[in-house]
Amino acid sequence: MPKALRHVLFTLVPVVVAFALLPSVYSNQLLLFNFVIYLALTQGFNIIYGFTGYLPFGYVGFFGAGAYGFALAVMHLHFPPLAALGVGAVAAVLLGLVLTPLLRLSGAYFAIANLAASQAVFLIVSNPNLTAITKGPYGISLSGVFSPGFTYGVAVAILAATLGLVIYLRNSRFGLALQAIREDAISAGMAGINVVLSRTIAWLLSALVAGLVGGVFAWYISVFYPETVFDLGVSIFAIVFALFGGTATILGPILGVIILYGIYNVIGISTPQYFQLIYGVLIVGLVLFLPEGLVSIFKRRGIDVP
Amino acid sequence: MSPEPDTDTEADTGTGTTGTGTGTGTAAAPLLRIVGLVKRFGGFRALDGLSFHLKPGEILGLVGPNGSGKTTCINVISGLYRPDGGQILLDGRAIGGLPSHRLVHLGINRTFQVPKPFMTLTVRENVEVAAAYGRRRPGKTDIEALLHSLELDSHAKRPASELNSVQQKMLDLARALATAPRILLVDELAAGLNPAELERVGERLKALAAQNIALVVVEHLMGFIDQVTDRVIVCNAGRGIFAGPLSAAIRDRQVVEVFLGAEDDGGAA
Repeated sequence: MPKALRHVLFTLVPVVVAFALLPSVYSNQLLLFNFVIYLALTQGFNIIYGFTGYLPFGYVGFFGAGAYGFALAVMHLHFPPLAALGVGAVAAVLLGLVLTPLLRLSGAYFAIANLAASQAVFLIVSNPNLTAITKGPYGISLSGVFSPGFTYGVAVAILAATLGLVIYLRNSRFGLALQAIREDAISAGMAGINVVLSRTIAWLLSALVAGLVGGVFAWYISVFYPETVFDLGVSIFAIVFALFGGTATILGPILGVIILYGIYNVIGISTPQYFQLIYGVLIVGLVLFLPEGLVSIFKRRGIDVP
Repeated sequence: MSPEPDTDTEADTGTGTTGTGTGTGTAAAPLLRIVGLVKRFGGFRALDGLSFHLKPGEILGLVGPNGSGKTTCINVISGLYRPDGGQILLDGRAIGGLPSHRLVHLGINRTFQVPKPFMTLTVRENVEVAAAYGRRRPGKTDIEALLHSLELDSHAKRPASELNSVQQKMLDLARALATAPRILLVDELAAGLNPAELERVGERLKALAAQNIALVVVEHLMGFIDQVTDRVIVCNAGRGIFAGPLSAAIRDRQVVEVFLGAEDDGGAA
């Protein structure tokens, strides 16, 4: 059996089937929806960080751009929600295009510049002078398109597509080229890889995923404020989940979300003070003992992790 | 060997070494022609009008003291730096300033002084990615044979980070060869190799030349240069001061001065 097919059968299929069926046995659909959102977002982050090594602290900027792209298309253009979702995706990709010069930076400089860029977008969107267009700081209400059951299904579909994309990267020449760029951009050039073009494609794919997720998030909750969709906590969650599980794999980010977001919801809601403590200990332990993430436990034993 | 030669004598040799070659009368036309190449870093002219040419199947040595511009020359030809002046002509076509991947597709590749493999990828993946993206014409690289010829086949599934430095150098070479280059720039491949390995690598480079690949070899080990090259360019302060066989170079007064310092009546070895 080819590796890619095995990856589809052992990661994509079980995750997607589980989240498609869970609402019929578990009533808290919002919680499940949030899991789906983070599963997709973490994989989107994995595309840019895991495969090319750029750490986008402002990743939430694309999420917010997707949410507002969706909302503006519904409010002003009266697009049907699925078409508005496309507008959200395009908005995020356009933002990604505007930010491509940031890819000239690396390491912490890139992370900080990207963080600043996402905050700039947040400040523009929430500017009271733009109230006529974006509703400024007063928030958005899209009750006309509210349809949680259907939207949940769309979110699962986006998750499936995102997992498919990461499986492609994990098994394709293009994914190998991206990893080569991550390891050494100069050597990648000498391997004949168009470094600038390849990393730009990865960057835009990553933005596209976050834009779609942001759009479907806006659609699902339908009432939100700029602070909701440009919350840096979204970036941080996606980053921590992916690093916890292990980047540049398919399974790592999935494990990260299930375990950490699971803990967050089990104890973070009832006894938040313990949650902070346990979270802190987990992350410190991870950095000290498993800097490559959970999946490195298997990798070290020579087990091929999807 | 004195690393800081006096360069006061540059005026009396004029500039280039272009004229020292055989001209255009010979059968094989030059594949690569470097004309008056200049590269500046701030006020420092790392390359200051370097000129030479390279024919298919030829092994050209680039020698000279530290800081004489050898590695800079390779970096400019392979697209890491843009030239600030002069021309690089491949088959008569100007290629100076093209990005590395375009140059790779035109048939130019290199190894690095400090090997730069893709550390977390396996040895095989390192070569695969170059074979997939680096070939200028359709064709298949026989990765197994390539790994075997560089004694990397038994490590094919290990990450490149686990190789020792000599193996990493061979992996650098394997990655370059996977792109089926016409011109191979070899930057201090021999440094750190033991005599038996030197011998094998030398034979390997000669075999590549026999396949009509043109090689530029930058090296400090004169024995190795003597073993593999047909002709050397001696660089000093960013320009060529001698072109010809190594045996003639070591009898050249200016070359001796550059390597051994001020003129002295004592015997220069």
